[in-house]
Amino acid sequence: MRHRLLRTLGVALGLSIASVPLLAHHGAAQFDLGKKVTAKGTVTEWFWANPHCFLRFDAAGDDGQIVHWAVETQSGPNILPQGFTKQTFKVGDEVTVTLEPVKNGRPLGRLLRVVLGDGSSLPLATGNPQN
Amino acid sequence: MSKHVVVPSLALVAVLVCSPAVHAQGPLPGAVYDKDRKGEKPGPAPRRELAGVWEPATPAGGIQGKGALAMESCRRDKATGRYVVQQNPPQTDTGYATDDCLKPEVEPPYTAVGLERLKAHKPVEGYRMVPDAVNNDPILGCDPGGFPRIVLHNFRTSEILQTPTHLVMLYKFQKRYRTIWTDGRDLPKNPQQPAWTTADRLPPEPRWWGYSVGRWVDDYTFVARTNGFQDDRTWLDNAGLPQSDTTEVEETYHRVDANHLELSIKITDAQLYTRPWVALDRLSLRLQSPNLDIQEMECSPSDQKHYYENFGSLTGLDAAPGK
Repeated sequence: MRHRLLRTLGVALGLSIASVPLLAHHGAAQFDLGKKVTAKGTVTEWFWANPHCFLRFDAAGDDGQIVHWAVETQSGPNILPQGFTKQTFKVGDEVTVTLEPVKNGRPLGRLLRVVLGDGSSLPLATGNPQN
Repeated sequence: MSKHVVVPSLALVAVLVCSPAVHAQGPLPGAVYDKDRKGEKPGPAPRRELAGVWEPATPAGGIQGKGALAMESCRRDKATGRYVVQQNPPQTDTGYATDDCLKPEVEPPYTAVGLERLKAHKPVEGYRMVPDAVNNDPILGCDPGGFPRIVLHNFRTSEILQTPTHLVMLYKFQKRYRTIWTDGRDLPKNPQQPAWTTADRLPPEPRWWGYSVGRWVDDYTFVARTNGFQDDRTWLDNAGLPQSDTTEVEETYHRVDANHLELSIKITDAQLYTRPWVALDRLSLRLQSPNLDIQEMECSPSDQKHYYENFGSLTGLDAAPGK
């Protein structure tokens, strides 16, 4: 079983690596690839733009101090099919964000998944609803 | 199902679910791709006809984030269509070890000047990519991407309008257009130092998008030539390959059938490259409904300023950690 588990995890890791995104704007030079951070906080800004939107939120750090996070996504047209809209977040919303942080230690990253106050999460796992 | 199967399967699902899908480029809502019409038998190609709304035949097939598709710094895996990522990369000449593909041997044949220009560019993609904070890509300040970068970097949904005298190309990315003249005129002989006469139909001047003229070489193949570019402020692609005021571009459109068009791009510039080279090799485009609305992807300087103040300029590896 142990060998089977290791083999399957190896396949999963390979698929995960193969899922590294194709970015329209920038690559991964600034991100700590594979690292994940989850933070729960309150939205302070949802900026809808091209080539990147970003979500800013305040969350309590390990020491209890407030950390001002900013996490980016792709541009608006690219994330519309994944369920995001300009109205997805408003200031004061509670969110739980899983992100891939930048390498330099600042509270920045790219958004991998967000759980909204009502328990729903984005991005949607669906493809193009028109096809 | 046995526990032996369930546990590894859950691990697989968890890893996949946690992949950074928010950044992936998906299909355009409302567009039709070849995968949606498996087994179709398209009708014959119409004669001398390019008009219509066109979308790459595979979702995101025209987005060449890491460099021009036929000469990219890293190749896409044929089976998955995804880029091959190097996990333990060496440091590049930009000073960064990028967790990315690294195959400079497939780069174009630079001259000494071309290589010097390349190394002056700090792109945010490709094997020489740098963090946002230290890039010098002109389009990230909303300079026009120009031609052929509009095709070699971010070819998205586009419309071709065809008239008896010219074609108009309407591009989604940066919401731009260009004209290809088909009225028999020639390219400016020396667009950088023109001798303008009243006989000229256009007063030549260096342009972000150059001058383009085209003709049908047969009933299904249209070839356009472009020269008269601005200067080094336009790059050829997203990986920072250089372009200059002496660059000439040959653009070939081959109408394969009623639903498909293939687009190729060849670059000639003796100042930068030792020989002409193909940057895009038969990118397959699919005809869409004329009712398909083309989304807006405008570059707003004020949006870019806000982005850099709050994110991009803080991403440098030398930036001090802070909260």
